[in-house]
Amino acid sequence: MINSMSGDIQPKVSIENISYWYGDVQALKDVSLEIPSHAITVLFGPAGGGKTTLLRLINRLNDLVDGTRMTGRIWLDGEDIYGPRIDLPTLRRRVGMVFALPLPLPGTVRENVIYGPELAGVVDPAAQDEIVVRCLKQAALWDEVVDRLDDSARSLSGGQQQRLCIARSLALAPDVLLLDEPTSGLDPISTAKVEATLEELKADYTIVIVPHSIQQAARIADWTAYFLMGEMVEYRPGEEIFVYPHDQRTEDYITGRFG
Amino acid sequence: MDRHQVQRVGFILLAAVAAIVVIPILVVIGIIAVEGAGALSWEFLSAMPRDGMRAGGILPAIIGTLWLTLGTALVAIPIGVGGGIYLAEYARDSLLTRAIRLAIINLAGVPSVVYGLFGLGLFVLFFRFGTSIVAGSLTLAIMTLPIIISTTEEALRAVPTEFRTVSTSLGGTRWQGIRRIVLPQAMPGVITGVLLGLLRAAGETAPILFTVAAFFLPRLPQSPFDQTMALPYHLYVISTQVPAMPDEIKYATALVLLVLVLSMNVVATLIRSTYRRRREW
Repeated sequence: MINSMSGDIQPKVSIENISYWYGDVQALKDVSLEIPSHAITVLFGPAGGGKTTLLRLINRLNDLVDGTRMTGRIWLDGEDIYGPRIDLPTLRRRVGMVFALPLPLPGTVRENVIYGPELAGVVDPAAQDEIVVRCLKQAALWDEVVDRLDDSARSLSGGQQQRLCIARSLALAPDVLLLDEPTSGLDPISTAKVEATLEELKADYTIVIVPHSIQQAARIADWTAYFLMGEMVEYRPGEEIFVYPHDQRTEDYITGRFG
Repeated sequence: MDRHQVQRVGFILLAAVAAIVVIPILVVIGIIAVEGAGALSWEFLSAMPRDGMRAGGILPAIIGTLWLTLGTALVAIPIGVGGGIYLAEYARDSLLTRAIRLAIINLAGVPSVVYGLFGLGLFVLFFRFGTSIVAGSLTLAIMTLPIIISTTEEALRAVPTEFRTVSTSLGGTRWQGIRRIVLPQAMPGVITGVLLGLLRAAGETAPILFTVAAFFLPRLPQSPFDQTMALPYHLYVISTQVPAMPDEIKYATALVLLVLVLSMNVVATLIRSTYRRRREW
């Protein structure tokens, strides 16, 4: 697991000296890290640490927020994603996002999965069907919804909805999958299913996740970064950070002495 | 009094207030229906007026009002809904958008006779449309715009932001998110706004007074640049300008106007409830 980076010389995503402000409030302070491909990178730490902000910078979803300022650079496969020639819809198709709450779009299960591909120009029904089957299987949801593809997405349980949202992101065949506390609203069984799904997906995707607990971070991390008040305190392979934290602040948080 | 009694008194007061609102409407409709029903006949709906409007039918007024409402819809719906979309989805908070909003609020408060004079000056005289259905429709459309714009904007704002974020995150442009997700979800509210506006336009007298309405024109309009009779103005005319006018005909005319407007309302409610069943938040 620790060796996951050695296979790839170039990191998938490079974050380079990123600082970020919402108005006068600084959310990220000079953060740099390299995210390897085909691995699960975990960003953890207390609320307000800047994890979600960093996630949203990687597919430029924070462009939707007014009154912000950023310095630094983010590279995806060696390309500056804040550069002048970046096409935003294309970038967002390459970097998918799953949100903290399951947010199915209005419409059926099937319509949710093909929403992205359809906007990208996939209109052939056979091709769409293929995407629906592939992605629902990848998201470990297929068996549960095989007879309900034309039911409203809202009729699924919370755990099913969240896996549907994962399937919806996978439908665009992204390179990178960003997940912001994807299991925060789920019961332990659904959580286990989502985590198992992620373990399988990392063979094909680069995964960056904000976990909803330290335990979850320890369970799934190939690489782990600890964020505190906008600063990245530590970034280490695998479970190392949980066993031998180098920084006193990390240790305090992990052992529950935080605050 | 314990809290249950307080609650009961509260309920009774609220029910009384609701009744105060509803009863006058029912009384008005009831009186008009009872007084006017006698004069209603197929001839009344399908014939030209005769005998100085004291006999015959009101067909040209009915057709005129339908034409005016259609014309108003053609102009006011695209501009009004478009304006609402712009304000809710695209406009940032700036001096310009604040000015636009202020203008809309003020437009909604302008007396309808002022719209009539404005329409006379701009459409009838300046653009040389003459006293015509085009001039009348444009005038009514301008009067209707603030209602349509502000209800559309509100309906769009009520759709959760998350849908837009999700659509964007899936590679959608802003417009794709609006067209495929936000607007369909806001449709019940948009339709309500459009109908409120059009119903008001259909019933107004002052804006059409100088721009289109004919006092007495016993033929159907021949083109959009023709004058026409219209129900609200016809009602005003026969109620105040024609001596020895039978009361029954006044009530029957009012009844036709009411039924026309109320039936549009029913259609709107039906469309709205079909959309609402598809709403998902």
